[in-house]
Amino acid sequence: MEFFHKKTSFPFMATRKVWYTLSAILMIGSFVSFYVYGLNFAIDFTGGISVESNFPRQVEIETVRKAVVAAGFHEPQVSYLGSTRDVNIGLQYTGQSADQVRPLFQQALTSIDPAAKITALEIVGPQVGDELRNAAIQSMAATLFLIGIYIWFRFHTWRLSLGAIFAVLHDPILVLGVFSFTQTKFDLAVVAAILAVIGYSLNDTVIVFDRIRENFEKNRRLASDLTLDNAINQTLSRTIMTKVTTSIVIVALLLLGGEALRGFSEALLIGIAAGTYSSIWISSAVALSFGLKAEHLFPTVHKDPIDQLP
Amino acid sequence: MLEYARWKYWLVAIVLLVSLIFALPNVFGDERALQIARKDRAAMDAAQLGHIEDVLKKHGVTFKSAALEKGSAIVRFENDTEQLKARDVAKDETAGLSKDYVNAMMYASRSPSWLQALGLRAMPLGLDLRGGLYLLYQVDVDGAVAKLLDSYDQDVRRVLRTDNLTFTDINTLTDNSDIPNGIRVLLPPNTDQALVRASIKKVQSDLACRDANVAQGKAVDCVLTPQQVRERRDFAITSNITTLRNRVNALGVSEPIVQRQGLDRILVQLPGVQNSAEVKDLLGKVATLEYRMVDPRPVPTNNRAPIGAKIYDRYDRGQYVGKIMLKRDVIVTGDQLTDARSSSGQQGPEVSVTLNSAGGDEMLRNTRANLGKPMAVVFIEQRSETVNGPDGKPMLDEQGKAITRIIKDEKVVSVATINGVFSNRFQTTGLTMNEAKDLSQLLRGGALTAPISIANEKTITATLGEENIDKGVMALVIGMSALFLFMILYYQMFGIVADLVLLANVIVLTALLSMLSVALSLPGIAGIILTVGMAVDANVLIYERIREELRNGVSPQAAIRAGFDKAFSAIADSNVTTFIAGVVLFVFGTGAIKGFAIVLSLGILTSMFTSLMGSRALLTLLYGGRRKVAKLAIG
Repeated sequence: MEFFHKKTSFPFMATRKVWYTLSAILMIGSFVSFYVYGLNFAIDFTGGISVESNFPRQVEIETVRKAVVAAGFHEPQVSYLGSTRDVNIGLQYTGQSADQVRPLFQQALTSIDPAAKITALEIVGPQVGDELRNAAIQSMAATLFLIGIYIWFRFHTWRLSLGAIFAVLHDPILVLGVFSFTQTKFDLAVVAAILAVIGYSLNDTVIVFDRIRENFEKNRRLASDLTLDNAINQTLSRTIMTKVTTSIVIVALLLLGGEALRGFSEALLIGIAAGTYSSIWISSAVALSFGLKAEHLFPTVHKDPIDQLP
Repeated sequence: MLEYARWKYWLVAIVLLVSLIFALPNVFGDERALQIARKDRAAMDAAQLGHIEDVLKKHGVTFKSAALEKGSAIVRFENDTEQLKARDVAKDETAGLSKDYVNAMMYASRSPSWLQALGLRAMPLGLDLRGGLYLLYQVDVDGAVAKLLDSYDQDVRRVLRTDNLTFTDINTLTDNSDIPNGIRVLLPPNTDQALVRASIKKVQSDLACRDANVAQGKAVDCVLTPQQVRERRDFAITSNITTLRNRVNALGVSEPIVQRQGLDRILVQLPGVQNSAEVKDLLGKVATLEYRMVDPRPVPTNNRAPIGAKIYDRYDRGQYVGKIMLKRDVIVTGDQLTDARSSSGQQGPEVSVTLNSAGGDEMLRNTRANLGKPMAVVFIEQRSETVNGPDGKPMLDEQGKAITRIIKDEKVVSVATINGVFSNRFQTTGLTMNEAKDLSQLLRGGALTAPISIANEKTITATLGEENIDKGVMALVIGMSALFLFMILYYQMFGIVADLVLLANVIVLTALLSMLSVALSLPGIAGIILTVGMAVDANVLIYERIREELRNGVSPQAAIRAGFDKAFSAIADSNVTTFIAGVVLFVFGTGAIKGFAIVLSLGILTSMFTSLMGSRALLTLLYGGRRKVAKLAIG
């Protein structure tokens, strides 16, 4: 079985204006969605409420959940706490104070059993979340910076570095756009997924760049756009194959991994799709638009005439 | 001809074998258990084990097995409900076990005894997979600096007095800093400041002091350098970590985590712990003792202590009995305590205290000098709480951190006349039984250098954890199966090779994680799954290269060789970028995210090894040597 039985020769470079336009639309759309809808931050970033309660006799989780919902709280997470008579209720940060929340919970619990007690009530402030958010932004910046340096070091030309960075920026922005548009919960795991996506997306770009260098090495006379087209076509079946295999496991994760990993898997899936697109259509094209030529990869050594004098 | 060096086969084989053994305990996993031991720490016999079994059965607890291990009974359960039920029975006074036995909840390994004897362990499971308590403590590092200044204050008072230098008072000083960072010794007009400085230098050689003239007259200012303040803050964190670790160990929780997070936070993870209020209370407590002489002067009616004295509330066995005035000078502080044990003596509960040599010397000198005079024991409890604004939300400072205030409870719990000379071992009475017990436990674990408050807290139940494991493992199995099938369809024989290599990769990765005992969390499982998906990449790169070579008319064996050689630079390059992302994630990430980063980074290394070496070894076995290969089954 093979995706492409013959050698492919898609004209990626000639059509690059089309892909630039598509990318521009996607990027602008993502930014607009990001600003209009914002991200639906999870409890990791926002803080939250946690209530511990004690019942005189055993109580069902589901009973408590219903009572808490009836008291006007959304998506409470109810679980046992050490015994089947102690129950923990977790909620998103609502901006309400402990004094405001306490009577509401007390009422909800008394409706189940008049002797039910709140043993502890805690509101986690948002300051930890702010720090996490900063750490997330810092880590993305650090990743991009280090990878940029690596590319520059490896390929000796800023044109390829720039292409790689354009491609790589593309992917997290798109993930953020989709996450803000669909209002999917944005938690710490999603940040991890985005960083992984940055790494993987670059992985593809590097494979293509590697081929570009190899092709230039073989034939420096061939026009740049043809060389780049060849490199992308030669690596195309690998690019797609790898995406298929990775997607297979991520889909399994998405379908079977449960609620806790949903955001993570979605971010990976979107990011990997975006990464494939950007490494095929964007990264090399940007380098070409900035005038990439063979000599940028292999600078000719100018022998100083004085050195040759006896 | 296709060949592969013999030592490389051996290397691959040995790595795989060792990995297999190290990964094996993970297959067996562990189960919930209750350890029941005799209170007197003596070994338990079969009859007592039988008695425990009978009591548990009588109270409707179903357990899988009960056996003697190292002198105590290990009762194993199917699930946490039964485990909790058994714990309740063991604690219940009417059931009759609590009188003679103590118990601890634990996880018992299910692996056979020979594996356990080798000391091999499964990956510890993270809180999200096992359930437990997650605490993020904010350390009040400024409080630690204040405490240091307090001890300087004491030292300076003492040395000036022994050197017969008079001083009016000692205050804290804020010099070019946002927190107090020095002390000011106020002196009578005719004092020689140089003498005072020399005297201070004797006890605190690294404290820089200078002369000053202030409104109150002559003074000597001693200010900490910014470096010293920084070191003190750092010390507060590291010593608090040690103390927390001691306290956590005293809880008897298996696989606890206590580590620094960021500049001024400490992360505590207690798998399986569920009685969170009790635990938090014990971990966060700053309780200590101080010994001071009673000031014989009467307590002023306006409750304003004269210079050199301090007014306290006096308690007797938990009852407030009035005010008492003590001398400012501390004889011995809690830092000088090395051991403390509670017991019940003739005068009610008491704490037997042991001091270090410096404290012992000081106590000896003091008791000798003050025979027949009353000495007081001050019990100090500190806690820090977040300050709420008028809207009920925590107030934040300019940096967005919650403002905390320290609440310090100081009370005199005992006053006794010094009847004899003693040094480093003595008893303290006047506490309630609970105070005595708590105090001895806290003193033994060491005092917290700075008060801590909870910045973030999470409790995860065991059932949620088990659900998460099941889902993660399911996703791994289904995902891998689908991938294996696809690889065989796409690359035929080479696909089977790739699948074996992938399987080897998972084994080597699991072994590495077990060896390093990286806590496995849900994101960690996701990382393993992702690594599987990505590890295929190296194989795909090689195989696609081989196909390309074949298309160009190269002979099969040469195509395999060229495939590996030419794909190498691409594989190395592409993995470096993902590795960079993994390392950054490790540096900036916290908790479970760090686990993901470790899995991701290690996964890259193991997949490079297995796909470059492992798959080449297999392919050379299949197609190598002198045999003629007409065609490769590469799809």
